[in-house]
Amino acid sequence: MRRPLIGFGLAAVALFGVAPLVLGDFRLNLLAKYLCLAIVAVGIGLAWGRGGMLTLGQGVFFGLGGYAMAMHLKLADAGPGELPDFMQLYGQLDELPWWWRPFANPVFAMAATVLLPMLVALLLGLLIFRRRVRGAYFAILSQALCAAFAIFLIGQQGTTGGTNGLTDIRGFFGYDLNDPLNRRTVYFIIAASLLAVLALTWQLIRSRYGELLVAVRDGEERVRFLGYDPANVKLVAYVAAAGMAGLAGALFVPAVGIISPALIGVVPSIEFVIGVAVGGRASLVGPALGAVAVAWAKTALSERAPSAWTYFEGLLFILPIVFLPGGLASLARLRPSWRRRQARIPAEATP
Amino acid sequence: MTLVLSQLFTGISIGAVLLLIALGLSLTFGQMNVINMAHGELIMVGAYTVYVLQQVISGAGWSLLIALPVAFAVAGLIGVLLEVSLIRRLYLRPLDTLLVTWGVSLLLQQLARDVFGAPNVQTRAPEILTGSIRITDDLAISSSRVFILVLALAAVAAVTLVLRTTPLGRRIRAVVQNRDLAAVSGLATGRIDRLTFFIGSGLAGIAGVALTLIGPIGPAMGTNIIVNAFLVVVVGGIGQLKGTVIVAFVLGVLQSMVEYTTTTSVASVIVFVTIVAFLQWRPQGLFTLRTRSLA
Amino acid sequence: MLKRTMAFVAVAATFATLTACGAKTDESGAASPDGAVIDTSGPTVKVGLLNSLSGTMAISEVTVRDSLQLAIEEINAAGGVLGKQIEAISEDGASDWPTFAEKSGKLISEDKVAAVFGCWTSASRKAVKPVFEKNKALLFYPVQYEGLEQSPYIFYTGATTNQQIVPGLDYLKAQGKTSVYLVGSDYVFPRTANKIIKAYAEANGMKVLGEDYAPLGSTEFSTIVNKVKASGASAVFNTLNGDSNVAFFKEYKSAGLTAGAMPVVSVSIAEEEVKSIGTQYLAGQLTAWNYYQTTEGAANEKFVKAYKAKYGADKPTSDPMEAAYVSVHLWKAMVEKAGTFEVEKVKAASDGITFDAPEGLVTVDGATQHIHKTARIGRIGDDGLITEVWNSGQPVKPDPYLKGYSWATGLS
Repeated sequence: MRRPLIGFGLAAVALFGVAPLVLGDFRLNLLAKYLCLAIVAVGIGLAWGRGGMLTLGQGVFFGLGGYAMAMHLKLADAGPGELPDFMQLYGQLDELPWWWRPFANPVFAMAATVLLPMLVALLLGLLIFRRRVRGAYFAILSQALCAAFAIFLIGQQGTTGGTNGLTDIRGFFGYDLNDPLNRRTVYFIIAASLLAVLALTWQLIRSRYGELLVAVRDGEERVRFLGYDPANVKLVAYVAAAGMAGLAGALFVPAVGIISPALIGVVPSIEFVIGVAVGGRASLVGPALGAVAVAWAKTALSERAPSAWTYFEGLLFILPIVFLPGGLASLARLRPSWRRRQARIPAEATP
Repeated sequence: MTLVLSQLFTGISIGAVLLLIALGLSLTFGQMNVINMAHGELIMVGAYTVYVLQQVISGAGWSLLIALPVAFAVAGLIGVLLEVSLIRRLYLRPLDTLLVTWGVSLLLQQLARDVFGAPNVQTRAPEILTGSIRITDDLAISSSRVFILVLALAAVAAVTLVLRTTPLGRRIRAVVQNRDLAAVSGLATGRIDRLTFFIGSGLAGIAGVALTLIGPIGPAMGTNIIVNAFLVVVVGGIGQLKGTVIVAFVLGVLQSMVEYTTTTSVASVIVFVTIVAFLQWRPQGLFTLRTRSLA
Repeated sequence: MLKRTMAFVAVAATFATLTACGAKTDESGAASPDGAVIDTSGPTVKVGLLNSLSGTMAISEVTVRDSLQLAIEEINAAGGVLGKQIEAISEDGASDWPTFAEKSGKLISEDKVAAVFGCWTSASRKAVKPVFEKNKALLFYPVQYEGLEQSPYIFYTGATTNQQIVPGLDYLKAQGKTSVYLVGSDYVFPRTANKIIKAYAEANGMKVLGEDYAPLGSTEFSTIVNKVKASGASAVFNTLNGDSNVAFFKEYKSAGLTAGAMPVVSVSIAEEEVKSIGTQYLAGQLTAWNYYQTTEGAANEKFVKAYKAKYGADKPTSDPMEAAYVSVHLWKAMVEKAGTFEVEKVKAASDGITFDAPEGLVTVDGATQHIHKTARIGRIGDDGLITEVWNSGQPVKPDPYLKGYSWATGLS
């Protein structure tokens, strides 16, 4: 019981104490971006590592959260009664479309960043899991969903900004994002959110539900015969992961200042997964650390040799998964009680 | 009326392209349950084969004909290499295969970029395949599309023939239906897996040759088509060739009809929604293989 | 246990937030820096090159990078800028807009470059625009684009709409084409371009018989070509980008449509693209640009020769490459006129700067930060080169908001 708390404390000290001291404004802002990816990764770790659902559609939920936040910030930047800049440029509209209007309210927008992705995930999950679509089918459907959603957003240039996405976000709830001090605050908010998400996930996987989720992963039929409905068990993890992706998307917007369909399609959605595979899908901190490490490696390597990065990324998909399915977390022998549970990445139930 | 007919043919020809790129998948994914995300890059290999051959052989028609068997062999061998080195280790983890082969596809793309350069390359088509065939006064269909349709149907026929009538086909079916029983009966399942993978990957190579007639030949050509190809196999039903064939044509016609009346992006969204709705009705696809295994 | 951790997080977050409350949005300029810091301490001056070297856009952007490097080499060989050699820092935008924003931030605040050259798609330009404006740093953008933009920290060395699209339409009108069909990729440039084309058509008695967009990277054009064919338009205006062009022209020829009966005017097909599509499909079709490899003049002969000597005899030169090459030389001229690398002074010195470019004499218009360029319509030949069939005679004054055109009111 003591150890997780110590680990948690160390993480907090590193994020809140060490990083802001060591890193300059630009690098701290990059770290903020990485931490957003880490929040998505924690969700994927829950759904995939613990629940056996390879969610290749996280881009959609990330995008929903991001767009919800960006729509509010764009409206706030434009000022009351005014249209956001891109709508004046590209739209044929004289007034705000109805589905933009509620996002002018900050409380609604903030709630929507998490609840909207969760709602969409709930509907999709109800459709998909009830009909026992799983394994490969589920993965491919998620990918198709990403592709369709990205194409849809791009097609609505007048109201969503099309391929450009929503860019040029200047303020964050009244605070000027140009000010380095405010950007630092955004970093702290993101770091705190990551810690909160980690704490929440930790509670979830330690609970009775967490045991059940692992049981569904290892033998869905067995759980069904025991009288549980595996569809509901999976649904909870799927919806929770979607909520985390939405939160991450929302926080990504003030950190990077842009949300666009390029973050939603098939490719970014698969890229969300690498960090999780590298870090250790079934562990708690593995996915988060893996995501940060991979994103950092991408920045560092692509600054030096762009084509080398693509090769390296390819190898990152191949080597850890083939030779180290438990990820780096399986190397760290710090948590014996967990290791037992995650030591064996089981064969999926599909024949 | 002419418009409807010509649009119907367009749909069928879109379907033929889908069928050609999904056919190899219906073997590797459908029969072996391997999700090979590098399938698109095997198609790319086939297309680059035409390009390389045309550097040597001048006649556009001959080089295209010769490219068919060569691309089959080259893509097939790369597929076998992939199977032996990586996929074999992951047979019980189909989702991990997906991620690993995605990594392979990144490697192959970057390799193509470094070898052939980032820009698309140009291939020549024989003059006979660049025009159109006139049916009535104002209805003409393009000859490259007819060629692809014929090629796709021939490939389906060949695969069916192999699966139905040859000893190899019988063994492949045995392994698909019950791997353990097949192994116990003395079949070398590993070898059969490799052969199946060779044929499936080789078919991707053939698809690549056909695609040079209608699309770009470049490092990224595989990524654009792979998801659609998988959807065809999923909706068609795993392990069922006839499902793949029917679904490819139905989706092709649906896409072309919706696109004609709306826009391309709306059409993609509608096709996706239709597929999700369809899977609600038949979650295992159009046709299902009855086996005695659970789940 | 949960309560304790949550409480800890809450306390930490509140603490962090309380200690760091910066400027509000309405306290304008409270903490923004006075222009980008430029590192000129060493014997060299750094500039950033920001192009996609990987991903889908690498096809086009790598050639721009090559051409930028050629210009820098030439300038260095001639003694550099203000006595300093140029040191180019290369970054990969990876065809991903947020990456462009990230990398431009890195170039400005970590490398402290004097100027950045690059970006291709409008989406990447829109993504980096706030970064440059916020840091008060300079970007030189070398590609023709959709106009309706005028950032104080961007110099646009490619054509705006009245230097490319409007002349293209004028040419079609002069050829007696009375109706057009619009085909484009689904992104900002084609949609905005088509809006302008429709306004032009309405005022000039042309009919727009249809308008279709394909998702970027789409390679299935049979339906769109069927629609084009059925419309019976007298010409097609093509704003497709990249890979889609290959599929579109292969399909176009298969459908029996020819350059004679229904010519296609393209605004994104340059010599490099012609090479990858094949003259088999393109011969006879029209393009609208400001520069072709065949453009006459000593400056162009020198440019083509230098480029081929450096990168290979089979490498063609094209309009965006030329605009990129010109952008570095213009920046050098501005800096030398200003006598300093400081951004605000360089901007102030920009008006009226001229350069004897491969496309002919270009002049910087200080008010719009665009440049005067000659519009040229070309026809693609069997040899893969584009030959000029019409030009505007003299450089056209840039008009990004089309204020000088009565039919264009209400567009922006």
